[in-house]
Amino acid sequence: MKYLDEYRDADLARKLLADIKKTITRPWTLMEVCGGQTHSIIKSGLDQMLPREITLVHGPGCPVCVTPLEQVDKAIALASRPDVIFTSYGDMLRVPGSTVRLSPDAHGEARDLFAVKATGGDVRIVYSPLDALKIARDNPGKTVVFFAIGFETTAPANAMAVLQAKARGLTNFAVLVSHVTVPAAIAALMDSPDVQVDGFLAAGHVCTVMGYWEYEPLAEKYKIPIVVTGFEPIDLLHGILDCVRELEAGRSGVRNAYARSVTRDGNKPAQAVIQKVFTMTDRAWRGIGVIPMSGYRLRPEFASFDAELRFPEVQAIETKESPLCISGLVLQGRKKPNECPAFGKECTPQTPLGATMVSSEGACAAYYRYGRYSLPSPREAPPEGVGRGVGGEFK
Amino acid sequence: MCLGIPAKVIELYEANGMKMAKVDFGGAVKEACMEYLPEVKVGDYTIVHVGFGLSILDEKEAFETMELLRQIDALGEEGFAA
Repeated sequence: MKYLDEYRDADLARKLLADIKKTITRPWTLMEVCGGQTHSIIKSGLDQMLPREITLVHGPGCPVCVTPLEQVDKAIALASRPDVIFTSYGDMLRVPGSTVRLSPDAHGEARDLFAVKATGGDVRIVYSPLDALKIARDNPGKTVVFFAIGFETTAPANAMAVLQAKARGLTNFAVLVSHVTVPAAIAALMDSPDVQVDGFLAAGHVCTVMGYWEYEPLAEKYKIPIVVTGFEPIDLLHGILDCVRELEAGRSGVRNAYARSVTRDGNKPAQAVIQKVFTMTDRAWRGIGVIPMSGYRLRPEFASFDAELRFPEVQAIETKESPLCISGLVLQGRKKPNECPAFGKECTPQTPLGATMVSSEGACAAYYRYGRYSLPSPREAPPEGVGRGVGGEFK
Repeated sequence: MCLGIPAKVIELYEANGMKMAKVDFGGAVKEACMEYLPEVKVGDYTIVHVGFGLSILDEKEAFETMELLRQIDALGEEGFAA
């Protein structure tokens, strides 16, 4: 497939690895912001092939992981209502919430959306929010709630669904919004004394939508390089090489290593629709806490599509996190997944304690799936050019 | 969710007042909304996220980047033998 195969070329990867090795003179810590990039790095074994001077820490860019517990609990409560069809991207269904007592019409308790479905709740996985609109058109007797989560990549789709619902008079459609944005998270991480990151690989598809001009003041303020990076192994190596070159030269600023998809301005029509439907707001990030002006909420003119206003009784839910789970530290790059005592023991993809073990973009899920079981020893030299891949000793 | 994949536009049409396309993900054909890509043409490759085309992949930029990467003079390559 064009635009995929050439970015998985092993010879070119070796060349880039050699150039990174040649360029680097001292240890650097880079954070890849996006969970999709984390999975690609672990899957392709790049973490084990890079020179030992490079520590890659995994960032908060897993939308499923940072969706706050109270929104997951609200989703569970809404989904258990007999008058609601609850629609969601598939990843959210196994995300553990608190144990929520279901509405009187349903029976018992549920800890995730799958459990609600098991008790008879009408929970449906959709690929796109436009699918949720179609379900609303086909089921005029029910309220169809869509779980509008994600970063700037899903915001254009989620905003368009609301806009279309309004234009078509679909009054039985509503959204439970939990939208977050990347630049505010980078600032929060850089302001935290516990997070030590020398440079960032910015998320290529977030920048496809928003452009990268928002990152220029951040690079300047924190004196760091930020490199817009794609998702295939060659893209990631390109981003890492650019970031290392900037660090070694003592330069900060924004570079674009994903120019086939990203421009400085991004996708203007998409930004216009986001702005029409959403406005910036403070958002709670699961495991991290509230970050000021770090997400979107519906504008007042779209309030009738806000599931939280339509069903105000779902507001007051007491949330309870697992005391064992350290996903908050993992999401800030302060701990690696395999540093968690529960990793692979109490917490597995089948019995997740935190969302990072569930999502296809969660760092814990990547470490589990691709066999990074043992505790890390970042300064120990990995076998050059060899990815150990799946396997390893389960400790 | 952010792992958008390239897809080739094979047909453009309108549905429910929106610009839509049939797109081919290397064999799997799906429908995607092209409202955010007013200039998209049949044959373009786009990055599709949750059913929406978000960028048209720039062939010239892709070629230039690839050329640049391939020109890297990789001394010390023997450390990374196959």
